[in-house]
Amino acid sequence: MKNKIYKICVCGVGGQGIIKTSLILGEATLNNNENVVMSEIHGMSQRGGVVSTELKIGDAKSPIIEEGEADIIIAFEPVEALRTLEKTNKDTVIILNTHPIIPATISNDEKAYPKLEVIIQELENKVAKVYPIDAYNIALEAGHLLSINMALLGATSAIKDFPVNKELIIESMKNNLSEKTIPINMASFNNGYESCKKLQ
Amino acid sequence: MNINDLLIEEKNKKLFMLGNEAAVRGVLESGISLAATYPGTPSSEIGDILSKIAKESNIYFEFSTNEKVAVEVAASAASTGLKTFTFMKHVGLNVASDSVMTTAYNGVEGGLVILVADDPSTFSSQNEQDTRHFARQSNIPLIEPSNPQEIKDMIKYAYELSTKYNTPIIIRTTTRVSHMRGIVTIDEYTKNTTSKGLFKHEPMKHVPVPEAARKMHKKLVEKIEEIREESNNSSINQIINNNGEIGVITSGGAYNYVADVIKENNIKANILKIGLSHPFPEDLTRKFLEENKEILVIEEVDPIMEYEVLAIAGKYYINTNIHGKKDNTLPLILEYTPDIVLDGIKKLFDNLTINKPIKNTPTEIQLPTRPATLCSGCPHRAAYYAATTAIKKLNPEKDTIYPTDIGCYTLGIAPPYEAANYLLAMGSSIGTSCGFSKSTDQEIISFIGDSTFFHGGIPPLINAVHSQANFTLVILDNRITAMTGGQTNPGIPIDGMGQEAPAISIEKILKALDIKFIETINPLNVLDMIDIFKKALDYEGVSVIISKYPCNLINKKAIKDKNKIFIEEDKCILCQKCLNELACPSMSLHDNKIEIDNSCTKCGVCIQVCPTDTIKRED
Repeated sequence: MKNKIYKICVCGVGGQGIIKTSLILGEATLNNNENVVMSEIHGMSQRGGVVSTELKIGDAKSPIIEEGEADIIIAFEPVEALRTLEKTNKDTVIILNTHPIIPATISNDEKAYPKLEVIIQELENKVAKVYPIDAYNIALEAGHLLSINMALLGATSAIKDFPVNKELIIESMKNNLSEKTIPINMASFNNGYESCKKLQ
Repeated sequence: MNINDLLIEEKNKKLFMLGNEAAVRGVLESGISLAATYPGTPSSEIGDILSKIAKESNIYFEFSTNEKVAVEVAASAASTGLKTFTFMKHVGLNVASDSVMTTAYNGVEGGLVILVADDPSTFSSQNEQDTRHFARQSNIPLIEPSNPQEIKDMIKYAYELSTKYNTPIIIRTTTRVSHMRGIVTIDEYTKNTTSKGLFKHEPMKHVPVPEAARKMHKKLVEKIEEIREESNNSSINQIINNNGEIGVITSGGAYNYVADVIKENNIKANILKIGLSHPFPEDLTRKFLEENKEILVIEEVDPIMEYEVLAIAGKYYINTNIHGKKDNTLPLILEYTPDIVLDGIKKLFDNLTINKPIKNTPTEIQLPTRPATLCSGCPHRAAYYAATTAIKKLNPEKDTIYPTDIGCYTLGIAPPYEAANYLLAMGSSIGTSCGFSKSTDQEIISFIGDSTFFHGGIPPLINAVHSQANFTLVILDNRITAMTGGQTNPGIPIDGMGQEAPAISIEKILKALDIKFIETINPLNVLDMIDIFKKALDYEGVSVIISKYPCNLINKKAIKDKNKIFIEEDKCILCQKCLNELACPSMSLHDNKIEIDNSCTKCGVCIQVCPTDTIKRED
């Protein structure tokens, strides 16, 4: 890992906890004594629009991932995974939240939102591996929908060769989440981890 | 990172910091006593953090009425010997520019840094202007950091320069630098102990009457030449020699792409990294030009360094080829990426082999767009619904102009309201309404937010009354500066440090202007609001509707206490008025049924919109 730069793209919709998730990952990397840079977009994107962050772990100065060079996509929303395809190549791995968020623009014409099976098939045709995670229900079972991001982070930490280990991520979660939400977030994280392990 | 980490006193700790957080740490380590701003993305988080920690760190902080006032607060305070800080987005500098120009003449005694965040590719702005022009126009030195560590360190360096040369210094960031996170090693910080300065009376130094101004200008241009020497020798302007075949001159965020691209692809290129880019380091650049036969200038947005480099090559008859934006080696507009930079560099080599993975092609599946929308239950939506409904009922044939302004409500441009069709800048809704009123017979309804009204809406409103213009103005008073994340403004009884403060009444201002038609209404009572619109549109002269209800962001408790909204399915005739005319994002059509999802904030506007009494609130 020390020589290669590991490139992570996190994508989804405003309000899903994408920036918090990325921050936790970044701090865990810092605590692992490795360099990390991260990019986030604020502003107009927060009103229900697309949100994405990009992280590079290793000797990089710019966090912007070159086209075709993402090692992993953590997709909080199925259509948003498709939108990042240009960042991927045949070796990319995708963690995919299977729960769609239908944009307000097509609220009266559901047909315009592609079917989940079609999305997964399309992704599988183009990348090395897709891990569909039912993060919505994992979060609900853990106790709160807002823990959806930790379910996906848990799933990510289960990926083989992921450069930040699970224990460091958990430590960073404790530093960045409010104390009273820790039990729910931990349950969601662990179930996300297990559900991704099962797919391997 | 926890916000309290910003106040850690001991040095050498490493933190994972946002560029804007590093800016705060930089001013804390520099020992500032005062900071003032008007919020603007991508610089907003600096103010959010300062407002939380100002008291604890013994700094005076305010959200000023606008950027010009912020600069005036910071400049005058700096003239008393204090170190002060002001910051804004690039277009904020336009507002502040009148006072910034003269601050350069007056100079500062204590140290003044003006951080300006540019927004290449306009992620959240109306243009992508380049602040570096302004440094040249005003003769103010300008520094371009590339990452959070440099933001912190270069702010400290800027204060050193500012106090040494008695000049304000501009720090120019871009969205990707302000909103980048990286590891920052912090230096020592001690809590500020200086809260009061002393103003010394030297009118010929501080009052630019013509006689003084001529002398001040002479002194200023001499000062810039002195600092040019500093720039030639500054440690933040450096040649990185890689035994390269070409030379790249770069700065700010673009440097990151250059460094990564040449490293990852083993490209042989020397780099001249410019930190202090105005005054431009002429001697250092001359040396670099003489050492490299092919030069590529890589900068965002305008070709400013490129012109400097061309001028130096011309002045000293240096025989080197200079590439950049002017010969189309690189794009003239929009932000750069590593891919764009690599494409540019490749053009300078005959056959450069790049080993990159083959990228996937975009999907052929039709993807739904996901534009930003007004939140569920946003009071602005009700106001737009009322305005457009009133127009349809009253005079469907008459063409309506909707001058708009800067804030969340600019999203009123989207269907179905399409109630935003002319915009220039903060406060322009009212000034442009005056012009439309004098030049057309069309109906005019203009929209402005509370914070924007205080910022730039009052002088044009005085103009409207005095010039006897005829239009309806809607002041969308949602009790907060919402778009930038929820900062206070003069209409709120709390100041930038969280202390009680006198709230300025918009209604009293309107009354003082002798405006005869003033109606204040909660827009969630949407049927009443439609009636008020009809009256306002009939009124000859300036009519003002204050649409007053708190933004969801600050209204969570009230929302929680409201009873749920539900649909009585058997009554629904599927007219879809709620979807097509109100366009609430919490409502959708599934299996031939209208559904309300859990993003509903129970505003109840849909109940009033529904023609068949299908939508109800639980008892």
